[in-house]
Amino acid sequence: MKVILNSQQIDRILDDLAERIVTENPPDSDFAAIGILSRGEILAQRLSALLAKKLDRDIPCGTLDITLYRDDLNSPQTSNQPQVRITDIGFGIDERIIVLVDDVLYTGRSARAAMDALIDLGRPKAIRLAVLVERAGREFPIQADYAGYKVDAEPGKLVQVNLVESDGKDEVVVE
Amino acid sequence: MALIRKNKHFRWLHKHLLGLRNLSAEEITHILDTAEGFEQISTRSVKKAPPLRGKVVVNLFFEDSTRTRNSFALAAGRLSADIIEFTKKASSVSKGETLLDTAKNLEAMGIDIVVIRHSAGGAATFLSRNIDACVVNAGDGYCEHPTQGLLDVYTIRKNRGTLEGLRIAIVGDIAHSRVARSDMWAMTKLGAEVIFVGPPTLMPPQVNRLPVSVSYSLDDVIEKVDVINMLRIQFERLGGNPFPSIREYSHYFGLTVERMKRAKPDIIVMHPGPINRGLEMESEVADGPNSVILDQVRNGLAVRMAVLFLVNQAAALDQQAKKKTDKKALRKPDLLDSD
Repeated sequence: MKVILNSQQIDRILDDLAERIVTENPPDSDFAAIGILSRGEILAQRLSALLAKKLDRDIPCGTLDITLYRDDLNSPQTSNQPQVRITDIGFGIDERIIVLVDDVLYTGRSARAAMDALIDLGRPKAIRLAVLVERAGREFPIQADYAGYKVDAEPGKLVQVNLVESDGKDEVVVE
Repeated sequence: MALIRKNKHFRWLHKHLLGLRNLSAEEITHILDTAEGFEQISTRSVKKAPPLRGKVVVNLFFEDSTRTRNSFALAAGRLSADIIEFTKKASSVSKGETLLDTAKNLEAMGIDIVVIRHSAGGAATFLSRNIDACVVNAGDGYCEHPTQGLLDVYTIRKNRGTLEGLRIAIVGDIAHSRVARSDMWAMTKLGAEVIFVGPPTLMPPQVNRLPVSVSYSLDDVIEKVDVINMLRIQFERLGGNPFPSIREYSHYFGLTVERMKRAKPDIIVMHPGPINRGLEMESEVADGPNSVILDQVRNGLAVRMAVLFLVNQAAALDQQAKKKTDKKALRKPDLLDSD
């Protein structure tokens, strides 16, 4: 197991992401952050707090469960079973710039599922994908608009993002 | 581990939902937790999600039903499944076709899930042993009505957070009630105390062998319970004269406004429907602030979506395992070294 990002690096990366989102979009953009369960939710909360601070206004934050939109429900790839959880988006997404947040972008299938889930909820003005770690190995034509850290890991390895709120500490490991 | 759910690696492995008696508390809780995730589909504007896309669900109903049948049809549709509606009256059963033949013929057309309601106890179990599709019991004779039991405990859990320690009265024709039985299993497994209330003529024989207490007086019980579930007097099932008159029954066992005054102020009032207004309960109670009857119906939809989703998941895992063993069987045997 190799640690590729520690707690300070993660903080810095998130701040950078928030900074880029602010500078690369019009100042009055109607942002909302939506995190893909489970760790995307935590990152979305952190990101929306950072954005709120930089823009000096409230940025709404929501949680998206993509289980029902997965493409492997009827052809499970492992013996694990994904569990349906609660999608909690307490605001309209129409006409908003949705910053879709996930921990790792790898094959692109989760992001595809998240987009399908989002458009069943409304018509956002734009969806921007923000990820902490971008890993080589895309299986779908999906890109991250804001990627924190790029890593090249062998296909058998797992790139695991651990966060204080869910795992006790902030670090990204490859195992 | 605040935000990541416990039981992360729990798997639902049952292709069929035949009853609650043989499910563990953990399994029942898993269904309830899953149902929570489905609630929001019914409240958002696009009331559809794709998990059962391309799957066929058959509503095989040999008994009349409004709630359950429509609830399953709506649940299946919200998961993007195709639905076939089968009613006994309009089918070849009237020409003498057996249950098994009916199911096998439908299966030959390619179906994935059969939701069955039948007047014979064990019908769902019988079907599950004879067809490949998933079987969901929507009521078999007096035996079980698992999705009703599940939506009942879901409703109570939503209202109170937990069933642990609650006292629940189930009132009415217990002997002929599959709802009472499924409720009893679910509620006791989740930590509640269940009291069957009704006239002795409508108590099942050997009720003392069930994990419930029994009372023949609603007045004795009304002040002590947190939840009261009124069952329908099923005139179509009663034989003989279990009570002298309807009026006498409602006098002793009806949930009246007067009795509600003596009940706990936050008592939850339930009824599986359809209500015989004025018989099991007075209209003011059915429509009053303690009644969660319409919530039950709403929750029934989320619970049934969860059940259809889960049995389909189990079937998919089953298929995957089967493919692996088939592949192994088809692999050519290693060639012996030959020179």
